[in-house]
Amino acid sequence: MLGLIIARLKTTIPSILGVIIVTFLLTRVLPGDTAAYFAGPAATPQAIAEIRSKLGLDQPLPVQFVSYVTALVKGDLGQSLTTGQPVTADLAQRLPASAELTLFGLLISMAIALPLGVLAAVRQGSWIDHLCRIVATAGVSLPVFFTGLLLVYVFYFILGWAPAPLGRLDAFASEPPRVTGFLLIDSLVARDPETFRAALSQIALPALTLAIFSLAPITRMTRASMLAVLGADFVRTARASGLSTRAVIGTYAFRNAMLPVVTTLGMVFSFLLGANVLVEKVFAWPGVGSYAVEALIASDYAPIQGFVLTMAILYVALNLAIDILYGVIDPRVRLEA
Amino acid sequence: MAASPLLEVRNLTVEFATRRGKVQAVKSIDISVGKGETVAIVGESGSGKSVTSYAVVRILDRAGRVAEGSIGFSGIDLVGASEAQMRDLRGREISMIFQNPRAALNPIRKVGKQIEDVLLQHVQATRATAREKAIAALEKVRIARPQERYDAYPFELSGGMCQRIVIALALACQPQLLIADEPTTGLDVTTQKAVMDLIVELTRERGMSTILITHDLGLAAAYCDKVVVMEKGRVVETAAAAEIFRNPQHPYTRRLMKATPRVGMQLRDLLPDAPPEAMTASRTSVPNLDQGGAPLLIVENLVKEYPRPAAGSLLAKLTGKAEPEKPAFRAVDGIGFSVRRGETLGLVGESGCGKSTTSMMVNRLLDPTAGRIVFDGQDIGSIPARQFALTPLRRRIQMVFQDPTDSLNPRFTAERAILDPVLRMGSLRGRDALRARCEELAGLVGLPVELIDRFPHQLSGGQKARVGIARAIALNPDLVILDEPTAALDVSVQAVVLNLLEELRQRLRMSYIFVSHDLNVVRLLCDRVIVMRSGRIVEEGTAEAVLGAPQADYTRELLTAIPHPPL
Amino acid sequence: MNDMSKVEPPPLRFEAPPSTSLLAHARHIVSENPVTGLAFGLFALILFAAIFGPLVVPYDPLASNTSSALKPPSAAHWFGTDQLGRDIFSRVIAATRLDFTIAVASVALVFLLGGLAGVAAGFFGGWVDTIIGRVADTIMAFPLFVLAMGIVAALGNSVTNIVIATAIINFPLYARVARAEANVRREAGFVQAARLSGNSEWRLLLTQIVPNIMPIMAVQMSLTMGYAILNAAGLSFIGLGVRPPTPEWGIMVAEGASFIVSGEWWIAFFPGLALMTAVFCFNLLGDGVRDLVDPQRRN
Repeated sequence: MLGLIIARLKTTIPSILGVIIVTFLLTRVLPGDTAAYFAGPAATPQAIAEIRSKLGLDQPLPVQFVSYVTALVKGDLGQSLTTGQPVTADLAQRLPASAELTLFGLLISMAIALPLGVLAAVRQGSWIDHLCRIVATAGVSLPVFFTGLLLVYVFYFILGWAPAPLGRLDAFASEPPRVTGFLLIDSLVARDPETFRAALSQIALPALTLAIFSLAPITRMTRASMLAVLGADFVRTARASGLSTRAVIGTYAFRNAMLPVVTTLGMVFSFLLGANVLVEKVFAWPGVGSYAVEALIASDYAPIQGFVLTMAILYVALNLAIDILYGVIDPRVRLEA
Repeated sequence: MAASPLLEVRNLTVEFATRRGKVQAVKSIDISVGKGETVAIVGESGSGKSVTSYAVVRILDRAGRVAEGSIGFSGIDLVGASEAQMRDLRGREISMIFQNPRAALNPIRKVGKQIEDVLLQHVQATRATAREKAIAALEKVRIARPQERYDAYPFELSGGMCQRIVIALALACQPQLLIADEPTTGLDVTTQKAVMDLIVELTRERGMSTILITHDLGLAAAYCDKVVVMEKGRVVETAAAAEIFRNPQHPYTRRLMKATPRVGMQLRDLLPDAPPEAMTASRTSVPNLDQGGAPLLIVENLVKEYPRPAAGSLLAKLTGKAEPEKPAFRAVDGIGFSVRRGETLGLVGESGCGKSTTSMMVNRLLDPTAGRIVFDGQDIGSIPARQFALTPLRRRIQMVFQDPTDSLNPRFTAERAILDPVLRMGSLRGRDALRARCEELAGLVGLPVELIDRFPHQLSGGQKARVGIARAIALNPDLVILDEPTAALDVSVQAVVLNLLEELRQRLRMSYIFVSHDLNVVRLLCDRVIVMRSGRIVEEGTAEAVLGAPQADYTRELLTAIPHPPL
Repeated sequence: MNDMSKVEPPPLRFEAPPSTSLLAHARHIVSENPVTGLAFGLFALILFAAIFGPLVVPYDPLASNTSSALKPPSAAHWFGTDQLGRDIFSRVIAATRLDFTIAVASVALVFLLGGLAGVAAGFFGGWVDTIIGRVADTIMAFPLFVLAMGIVAALGNSVTNIVIATAIINFPLYARVARAEANVRREAGFVQAARLSGNSEWRLLLTQIVPNIMPIMAVQMSLTMGYAILNAAGLSFIGLGVRPPTPEWGIMVAEGASFIVSGEWWIAFFPGLALMTAVFCFNLLGDGVRDLVDPQRRN
């Protein structure tokens, strides 16, 4: 197992390297004069030149790259012009909000998608199978920001069940002491059911939006791989040996069918981290996505680059976790490593 | 047979719902299996033999259902039984083993656990005794070091070993009836013999009944008491194994039996309506064999090495921690042989022996690691494979592929496929001249001319094989390599194609290298035979000598492993 | 010779005559699956709106009229009006051209670049494969929408850059599919047979490999069309690429978003609906195209 983790860790090295090179290149191809952007619109030519040499932009590219990497290693992603804070601090402060939203959305999605996909495959051609197909086709066609707005209109404006889409907690509730940064968990740790309820009612709609979005690929994959496995020879052997339906579907089919689903999770995370930005904008969620959007509007580039890099490294780490999970399920991968 | 039979199938009809309505895969058949009896169900693809067995254990897929008839198993009506009753019977009273043993096992569960699952399901063991009983079951199928194998996953075991596990799984609960569905298809002939001997021995020892489902009439007759022949969903003949070869009743059985290559036959004998005079024009009188002169092809000390997967990553190499280089894997290990003009050389051996690698090097699709390939006086081994297509020698060495479907471009018509070599390397030009040549070639290989405008998916397997042969002979090559050209075909089609190949060789004065694992076919077609094992030549000589009086132990082993039906 | 062919049974399956045209086959597919027919119909509608949309709309999509601002859907304004009194129906129809163009352009671009790179990688292997694989892996190491944000932010806020960013994030998908298909076929029997027929490697690539990969790439294209539109609309929703007052579905939803909480649902709803319909249509179309080009299904 340790061998597998080490082997997988090694494969992430080129990915991280690629990510750093690409984000570096993105900072150097800023439209027009990078230094002028960082200096702001009112800067004099002299101030721009000063900033240029301060940023090292008058150095040759490889030298710039080395100083870029050095800064990265120190955790320095530059300063935000809008907040006046170091980008690293801003991101660290806002990341838990995004992570809580994404993970909660994924959790809801899996809780619906896995049983739905399995049932659709087992009862092929039944109403549940048709439902599954509708979910899979309609789900991929729904723009995530549109779903969010529809949910707000129905559950906030018409039904009044949900609070206004304005962040993680309404103005009257106070944040629990920060332990994990996840309000749902922190409020439970603080034994504060009121805050937990408030946080839950705020996160429900955005998380549901993300869940609807990621429902389609997971359901589709679960159904397809379950169908493939149910038609496999070893399931036929299991049936021909008289194993109970529970054993055939649970022990034999489901575990094998999970292998491609786990692989799909990588793609789902890629979509989720992107959709997160849009959902945070719709629900004014104080996470890293809306931070990046605000920076975009203000033409504030350091936060955007910091955001892209952070998301990429997070994504590489998630893929690493998925690879290791795959190895836990599949002995072929585990033993070959 | 005095007592009532263990399994009684009466008037069974199985229907499948398809997009074109209902299709009857099995049509009112009767089969009975007595206690302790071994019955073979024999038929070509699509005969309904597997569907019959699935109906017996009721594991037909969703679209299939028993439309009519009854299946009785020691007094129980299997058609009317509840699913719970069936589940109880499956694995405990009736067991099945399937072809492709590796796929028949759960790839991510330890094989010991899979045997335990069945034991526990049928209350043949408790949690405390399951492991011990599973190991005992492994021991029974003669798996060495069963304690260790218990913890193995299927991908860590060989195909033959996997089939033993499947047998252990099937016999773990001491069932009364074993159904073996093509249990040895895809296994090498020596493994096939070991597996079949094991099945027969274990079932005899326990007084079990067995149904063997196979396409191989020889296998059926060698191992079974009774043979049931099926064709297109119907049982056409049921007879004792000894009888069926001696005195086949139904025309289909007769044809099938004739088409099965056996010792002491001529190539022409395979055809159903061979005229008596054809018998005399036998294969052994090689009319074109040019005894004198230099051989057409000389292969000397040929080697093909494949590097082992690199151990350790780039990082490990950079830091100097790389493990010492493992020696490369030698697929072909220094072999030499020659092919004379007009001769057919057989290249035989089990899978992985290097015969296909050798043929790919000779036809210059693969570069050898070392050695010489001299064709008609020129060293062609030194011409890189990528450039050989552009030399004039290319047209003189051609090939017929194993899988007729895979070897045709799905977007080319038969005509376009046949004419491809003519267009690239021939001198013939002009639409009419090309068309005429294509029709001539189609005529030579017995492909109806009206079919040459069709695409591959509109042709049958035999027709596609003919297209592949026509393409190979389009430029009158001197040497044609036949890579298991009939392995993907039913025996009746195989019989026709083999005869066609022989006739073409005589007419066009070609030499063949015939790559095959089937010694009975090699015996019919080849003048000389080379037996290969692990990349080396084990034995070499005339076909009569090597297959009639083998010198090497391995050749003898191969020959005795072929099922010998009672004659 | 003739007595030999007698032995062989006629093919069991009914074989369609080779003259089965693509059109007849398409008719068969549509009659078998009416949903595919619906998708083709929707596609025709989208194409019509993209070409003739600006000519047939009842109002100027850019003309504001403050006296009739924020009016709900009515006979005069089918989809209502926005905060500046612009007719939403006209704006939704007029936006089709821009959204459609962005999707088509980016898909065409990535089809050329990704398809070529993938085929070369799969067929030639070696260092070509290594480099293209690395590039694809590096792109895949980013969450794709986030990378598109970064690219547009860096290259500049324009429609062209949205097209480029969308093409770049789809590159690995195309390269991988094309690579896998080319790689499988490199050693396929019919390619080996063509080698024996004296075809050079380049000729093999063009006559044997590429024509057999095209159908798969066509399916890929129609499946990614929907994704490309979603991606472009998402970027303009957060304020990248298209600038107001240009009519574009994503930006129109963004403009309507703040009115949702006060109940003026139609401003965001109708452009969102149009977007959803277009994506839905392309996804269905992808399945339809798959049925259409699959040679196994054509009999």
